[in-house]
Amino acid sequence: MSFLTQSKILDLEKKANDIRISIIESLIEAKSGHTAGPLGMADVFTLFYFHILKHDPKNPTWPERDRLVLSNGHICPVLYSTMAHAGYFEVEELKTLRKFGTRLQGHPHREYLPYVETSSGPLGLGLGQAVGMALADRMDNGANTERYIYCFLGDGELDEGSNWESIMLAGKNKLRNLIAVVDRNNIQIEGYTEDVMPLESLADKWRAFNWHVIEVSGHDFQALNEAVEEAQAIYEKPTVIIAHTIPGKGVKEFERDYRWHGNPPGSGPEDKIKKAEQGAVALAELRTLGGQIISEHQ
Amino acid sequence: MLNPQLKLNTKIFNEDVEQVPIRKGFGLGLVIAGEANKNVVALCADLTESTQMHLFKEKFPERFVQVGVAEQNLATVSSGMAAMGKIPFMSSYAMFSPGRNWEPIRTSICYNDRPVKIIGSHAGISVGPDGGTHQAIEDIAITRVIPNLDVISPCDALEAKRATIEIAKTKKPTYLRLAREKTPIITTEETPFVIGKGYIYWMPDMGLAQVGIITTGALLYRAIMVAKELEAEGIKIKVMNLATIKPIDSESIITLAKETRAIVTVEEHQIAGGMGSAVAEVLAQNFPVPIEFIGVNDKFGQSGTQDELIEHYGMGKDSIKEAVRKALSRKN
Repeated sequence: MSFLTQSKILDLEKKANDIRISIIESLIEAKSGHTAGPLGMADVFTLFYFHILKHDPKNPTWPERDRLVLSNGHICPVLYSTMAHAGYFEVEELKTLRKFGTRLQGHPHREYLPYVETSSGPLGLGLGQAVGMALADRMDNGANTERYIYCFLGDGELDEGSNWESIMLAGKNKLRNLIAVVDRNNIQIEGYTEDVMPLESLADKWRAFNWHVIEVSGHDFQALNEAVEEAQAIYEKPTVIIAHTIPGKGVKEFERDYRWHGNPPGSGPEDKIKKAEQGAVALAELRTLGGQIISEHQ
Repeated sequence: MLNPQLKLNTKIFNEDVEQVPIRKGFGLGLVIAGEANKNVVALCADLTESTQMHLFKEKFPERFVQVGVAEQNLATVSSGMAAMGKIPFMSSYAMFSPGRNWEPIRTSICYNDRPVKIIGSHAGISVGPDGGTHQAIEDIAITRVIPNLDVISPCDALEAKRATIEIAKTKKPTYLRLAREKTPIITTEETPFVIGKGYIYWMPDMGLAQVGIITTGALLYRAIMVAKELEAEGIKIKVMNLATIKPIDSESIITLAKETRAIVTVEEHQIAGGMGSAVAEVLAQNFPVPIEFIGVNDKFGQSGTQDELIEHYGMGKDSIKEAVRKALSRKN
């Protein structure tokens, strides 16, 4: 990991855009799945898989690799798209999302796609597993281990009490090699988090459990990168990066609308775009970088 | 007679037969498993002494994790440790694990295929004075129904020790059911234990058996006593110790049913969904015979002593004898 040059940031932005396009394409083909979370987290995933993670897509079982546990497994369209673009498997395979016989199950399943670090879906289970990985790593490599265990979580997911058991244990054990990232997009199925089950002050809650807390924009590569570097340098505590994201980021008509949480393009709310046009509009917007490119290139 | 091939405890019928809690056998076995494999680790939810995990904790403190009263975390943290190559043993009372954390076990351990060994201590009615909230009598039902999970219920402390050592060697998620109170030692160090095998512990001195009793856990002792006492009345019985409920030993069960043509199942568990139901599933599909179920009849437990509760809830010797006579009468 290192400082991001302007050139590297442009690369990452282009890559994230490609990943967003793949997310939309795979969801259109699947006809079911989650849109808002994957689009919102595309920048974070891009940064991790193309800059931060110590990993080797051609050697996915490399024992010394970092671990990235996706706890809110429903946003797997972004996990799958990112892993495909990173070289774990062919981008073509993304068209099989959620279909019978696919390796790309509706929620990640290790038995079908061995490259994911865990099967997930039911919320509140990933962080405990990340804590277990961090504890095992310290048993083997000591407190100064150079390997990191990352856990991505949703914000609505934090309603689940089981998370807080894990958060307590990580604080107790001062797991400096554990870094959590919360997708603070302010939405959950039934509405905005602060209406359904208010989380604020979220930062205070984690601090009270003896974690170091960093708040950052989930769409600013430089700031995210600095946040991870800061987290890696903290020795006495585990760190949580609360990444503020815009749900549906990349497609203006989808942004900030909780109703896009669990619908693919083609099934989403119709007040801005008719269902039959949602996929095409989304793809056109992404392919032209939000209208910045006058004509579309295939 | 006791099956001579199994080298069982010859003192089993003495007044002062050795009595040891089944959970103690696990505690000793875990230390041995830990010595054999440095990847064996242990996790507990604030019950190390009750579950006898303190023996491992004292020997290998750097391989022990205390999670506090947090059974869901117990399951997910164990899963994560297994992901890094550890063989985690997680312990609590059966009512809380797999009771409280059933879904995390299903998702993070069984569906996710991690070799975590789930130790449910204080199972059965015989937990005693703590009362009904602490007496897990549904745990066999809720575990055997999860795919990719082995379910084992040892009959005494020695079998529990052997079982612990054996399950540490497999890559399967496994549920091991333990009891709190002292119960008679039925086996010896030479008695075989193989995951997935049922063994005949008692057989008629000669001739075919007329009823087969299939039992799991400490009630095996009472079943053997019943068989011995009824032999004096001329009723020939075979008693099978079915320590592994899943994967179930269909072959041995069918062989027994073919000989006896009547079966009684005995377990310290609800009749609904337990070992008896598993046996019935095998026989209904392969060789239907009359079956009588001894277990708790759809009630919650309560405070009492081990013996009081077993009698009260219909799992004592007289209840077993009645079931044997009923099974006999149903044969045609």
